Amino acid sequence: MSATATPAPAPAAPPPVETMTVKVNGKTLQVPKTMPDWQGKPQPTTMLQAARFAGVDIPHYCYHDKLPVAGNCRMCLVEFGTPMMGPDRKPVLNEDGSPKIAKSVLPYEPGTPRGAIACASPISPGMEIYADSPATKQMREAVLESLLINHPLDCPICDQAGECKLQEYSVQHGQAGSKFVEAKVHKPKEVDLGPRIVLDDERCVLCTRCIRFTKDIAGDDALGIVNRGSYNTIAAWQEGKFDNNYTLNTVDLCPVGALTSKDFRFKMRVWFLKETKSVCTSCGTGCSITIGSREGVIHRYEPRENDAVNGPWMCDEGRLNYKWVGRADRLKDVLVRGQKSDWTTATREISAKLAAAPAGSVAIIASARQTTEELFLLKKLATKLGALTDSIAREGEGDKLLVNADKNPNSNGARLTGIAFTEFGFSLPKIADGIAKGTIRTLIVFGEDVTKHGLGADLLAKLDTLIVSEILPNATTAAATYVLPGAAHAEKRGTFVNVKGRLQKFMKAVEAPGDARAEWEFLHELVFNVTGQNGFVSIEGLFNQMAKEVPAFAGLEWAKVGDTGVNVPI
Amino acid sequence: MSFAVSAQLEARLDELTTHYPVKRSASLMFLHALQEEFGHISPEAVEWTAKKLGLQPINVYELVTFYPMFRQEPLGKTHVKVCRTLSCALAGSASIRDHFCKKLGLDPHAHTPQTTPDGKFTVEFVECLAACGTAPVVLVNENLHEQVTTAKADAILAGGK
Repeated sequence: MSATATPAPAPAAPPPVETMTVKVNGKTLQVPKTMPDWQGKPQPTTMLQAARFAGVDIPHYCYHDKLPVAGNCRMCLVEFGTPMMGPDRKPVLNEDGSPKIAKSVLPYEPGTPRGAIACASPISPGMEIYADSPATKQMREAVLESLLINHPLDCPICDQAGECKLQEYSVQHGQAGSKFVEAKVHKPKEVDLGPRIVLDDERCVLCTRCIRFTKDIAGDDALGIVNRGSYNTIAAWQEGKFDNNYTLNTVDLCPVGALTSKDFRFKMRVWFLKETKSVCTSCGTGCSITIGSREGVIHRYEPRENDAVNGPWMCDEGRLNYKWVGRADRLKDVLVRGQKSDWTTATREISAKLAAAPAGSVAIIASARQTTEELFLLKKLATKLGALTDSIAREGEGDKLLVNADKNPNSNGARLTGIAFTEFGFSLPKIADGIAKGTIRTLIVFGEDVTKHGLGADLLAKLDTLIVSEILPNATTAAATYVLPGAAHAEKRGTFVNVKGRLQKFMKAVEAPGDARAEWEFLHELVFNVTGQNGFVSIEGLFNQMAKEVPAFAGLEWAKVGDTGVNVPI
Repeated sequence: MSFAVSAQLEARLDELTTHYPVKRSASLMFLHALQEEFGHISPEAVEWTAKKLGLQPINVYELVTFYPMFRQEPLGKTHVKVCRTLSCALAGSASIRDHFCKKLGLDPHAHTPQTTPDGKFTVEFVECLAACGTAPVVLVNENLHEQVTTAKADAILAGGK
């Protein structure tokens, strides 16, 4: 912003948050009177939320921030007390003048503490929550014992082991032995709930998170509890019919090993997985994800909570769209005129050709699946070469929850860097025309099969030079003079700008195969060789340089873009 | 057997639905009526009910599996309900049920209602039939039999053959 510009008006002070005083584990603190519920509407703050302000995590199974409260697992039972009232409706005071606290007890047995479920009990002024008192501990032990009565205790073969709340709480709050000597109730095992989900009813603690999710979030009221008492069982109306595009979220939600992903189960122990923060590339929403990989192989995607983009959810389609990264036919070699070559040779030849190319004789088609940094570098080349540039639209079906109709993860990156206009494909006919007329002699293609988009093999054959960077082989790479093997998003760092203008960065989870390299690495060499511009040998430096040159990214710095990203004007 | 609800029954159920503030509340009445009509609640009946009341089949199925009075399998022509609540239990209802089971070739240790392969008899335990003074009692279809002995049981079976 220039010094003469009118300073932006100071943001209006947010309305003061009404608070009340409560005590958690002896610590007095002020907490807001209301907190957003699962739909974001203000509701009276609960004991569980108040405890979080004190840094105390009350154990729970059925409660979830983004689901309606059910209050059925009883794991969050805590002992509590409220200020005592005299018959005159005035607080009863201790000798030192502090309010006397009446601990909640059973009305018919005043010696026994009566807990409240912290997830559904609102706080009141002066309330004291005893989250680690002996009575609270006893309640937790009893609840865990009850939950484990019919549990098969098959952790060694259970996929949830290592990220199981039943395991964790048993260690933290449970007791070593079980007093239960009767025969366990047996329930259905390996229930085929849907095409992507397997259910083990014996492991289930009946928290109903899956039922609430599919009914209230996914809008597919497909699951329920059938039978009665200790035979209670999660079920779908017909086996195999739990099939919406969000079913795998129930696997994340399931606090135990009851719901497992057919894709992931029995593949990998979760404690071996390296977790990398990344972004889903399956559509323009760009859900924040965590990539779980081990020894260079990706085993799963999981949604990473980001309220600015996807909340805690992601769609099944995006979640399972990772297998192409490890495909055997990935491009692994640098090819020069069909022969295996190396980066030094290819970079030198391409640089020389581009440097000698007359203005306007080069065109660039770059996919909106490339990172913003790569598109920025390509735009630099284009500016120097006077090249026409464009990107390719990828339209599909969207839905009301997360899936966007734009199947490119970085359409706005392509627009903001100037690679494409608002409407993708605007310059494609001009490029085709230029090639046909012989004015365009060199075509640079990044991440698209242009033979499917109006530039057929006959047109490509008219070019002097076709430079293609790709991840998987296609008809365009087959026709290329130079094939530069690129890296999947999971194999490099960079940023995408989603359909709503959320810029998110993603990290590298696995190595690219063979000689394949992150595109920005060799692009910055090319840009240096052709334009003489330098200063972006690292992704941090490149991003910061881009932020200086692209108005939409003004003021951004790689290090300051958090895990959930930032909004940029689109 | 195809599932077809008569126009008369459907009209009765439609009228019944209007008695409730929300359609869903009529679920149990639907299930009772359908069981009365068809003898049991088939998957088609669950789907029909769900469709009529604007629910998902799982919502109705939860009810069907929760209440023991709803049957998912066809019953035998003669339905023998042996009381097992305290008075009858003390008066030997367990041995009466065993007797029924043995005579009919059914498993005396099974917990669920059992039907003979020829579809003539169903035997099950039920809770109190409210005739404790004359225990043990057995309800056969709509008829109450009091102070049942093995001899009386045989007579009941003979009547149902």
